[in-house]
Amino acid sequence: MTALFQVDRLKKSFGGLDVTRDVSLSLQKGDRVALIGPNGAGKTTFVNLVTGHLRPNSGKVLMDGEDISTFNPMLRVRAGLVRSFQVTRLFADMTPEQHVALAILQREGKSGRVAGTFQAMPDVMRETYAILETLNLVGLARTPVSEIAYGQQRLLEIALAMALRPKVLLLDEPAAGVPHSDTFLIENALAQLPDDLAVLMIEHDMDLVFRFARRVIVLAAGEIIFDGSPREVTEDARVREAYLGSYGHASSAA
Amino acid sequence: MSITNTSATIIQPLPAASSNWLRDLVGIAIILAAAIVGYFLFPNNLALLTRMIAIMLFVLSLDLVTGYCGVATLGHAALFGAGAYAAGIAAAHFGVTEPITMIAIGAVGGAVAGLVSGVVILRGHGLAQLVLSIAIIHLFHEAANKASNYTGGSDGLAGITPDPILGLFEFDLWGRTAYVFGIVLLIVIFVLLRILVRSPFGLLCRGIRQDPVRVSAMGASVKRTLIKMYVISGVVAGIGGAFNAVSTQVVGLDSLSFTNSAEALVMLVLGGVGTLFGALIGTIVFIGVEDFVSAANPFHWLTIVGALLIAVVLFAPKGLYGTAAALVERYRKGGK
Repeated sequence: MTALFQVDRLKKSFGGLDVTRDVSLSLQKGDRVALIGPNGAGKTTFVNLVTGHLRPNSGKVLMDGEDISTFNPMLRVRAGLVRSFQVTRLFADMTPEQHVALAILQREGKSGRVAGTFQAMPDVMRETYAILETLNLVGLARTPVSEIAYGQQRLLEIALAMALRPKVLLLDEPAAGVPHSDTFLIENALAQLPDDLAVLMIEHDMDLVFRFARRVIVLAAGEIIFDGSPREVTEDARVREAYLGSYGHASSAA
Repeated sequence: MSITNTSATIIQPLPAASSNWLRDLVGIAIILAAAIVGYFLFPNNLALLTRMIAIMLFVLSLDLVTGYCGVATLGHAALFGAGAYAAGIAAAHFGVTEPITMIAIGAVGGAVAGLVSGVVILRGHGLAQLVLSIAIIHLFHEAANKASNYTGGSDGLAGITPDPILGLFEFDLWGRTAYVFGIVLLIVIFVLLRILVRSPFGLLCRGIRQDPVRVSAMGASVKRTLIKMYVISGVVAGIGGAFNAVSTQVVGLDSLSFTNSAEALVMLVLGGVGTLFGALIGTIVFIGVEDFVSAANPFHWLTIVGALLIAVVLFAPKGLYGTAAALVERYRKGGK
């Protein structure tokens, strides 16, 4: 059975520095995978390679068995590979309603229309409000994004990803910048994602990782050093060493 | 369940749509009122008001790419001049003197110039973009200068004698026909542009202005969208240029000049970007003040225009319309 999404021996170096070394992984429908690793492990580089914002030195990215390595970022989105951003990227003057509607229009190939408004398209309005309601954003539907709280902007990032109906979703630190007390909002939003969607989440908040992920991949110094269940990851010696250095041994000895 | 559904879908969509149309109607009413007032206040100066209309169309077209898409350009007169020359050459050399056909030819000329300059200018970003746009206008200017067989070179293109409009309304000496024709053109285009900027395509363009990376992460092509807007902008600018050719019956090299481009940008900033209304107001104020001040003080008028601009940019950075709209908004919120 071919994997829904597959990364095959991806390599990238900047000058003499290898930031991604032979990274291979695959996702199936419905996967909930967390990608973790210490600072500088190459997580963001990995996302940029997969989404086409950086060109790898070698290696392939496949969707449904089709090689999308030569696709630009836009074509990869159209193939069903959608990402969210670590730092929120939204349109400051526009409302959540307009954001979600624009994403839906784009997905449906209607964003080139030069007449009519999305408010006059019942299907688009219905879906927009359904998504906003799932994420509890209906009350803010008509408030410009520059006036809403950062935590809610993070939710809107997830709303946009949902509106694009991806097959594979890469979440780049969805809880970054959100106060710890509000993380549950993000968590609830993630729980609303469709069951057959494959999700790869990069995250530092370990509580969130352990509650969300059914599989954990650990990246350190550009290499995958662990790929397994969340239960095993805490016991893995290499992971401990990557995170804690020699202290890892000390604490296990103690 | 059903209650939340209906409340969610019915909440506000209707008021928003109708308030849009209300604003359009108010806009049309204001343009018409201003046109009538202008007609009776300055019966001997209709030529100036007619030139204002041509420039308004030009500044509107600039607002599409600069105000809505965030493309900085100092070469937009290439689109205006292309429309003017296309209509002028069709009339002077090929005997196409039917005015509405001339306008259509101008629109096509402007669209082609929009496509060419869009493809070139959009290769750069920021300062590089600005420099490319300046290069474009100089190239267009020089091309028109060299092709003097068709364009008349620096002497200008004369011999444009448009037929009566629809075979009924002859262009008179006082410029009344040209004025009314211009007002009709302006209103039609203004309404079409209002529809354009709130369409899905207009929304996409606004998104690109604010964050192109986010737009491409939605799977939309930033470049294709911008080039499409450039072509539409070219149509509008071309119509403005063609109307100028029809109403003045000459086309000069100055229509393809850097100064013309820069002045259009100044008018747009003066009125306020990204609103369409700002483009109209900026043009009226700039050309009006220029005309008034240059008559009152022929020696220092440029100084006075310069001082006015500095005052607006410092004290009303959103432009005249933008600042007024912000004040009204604040007053409304304060009133509630």
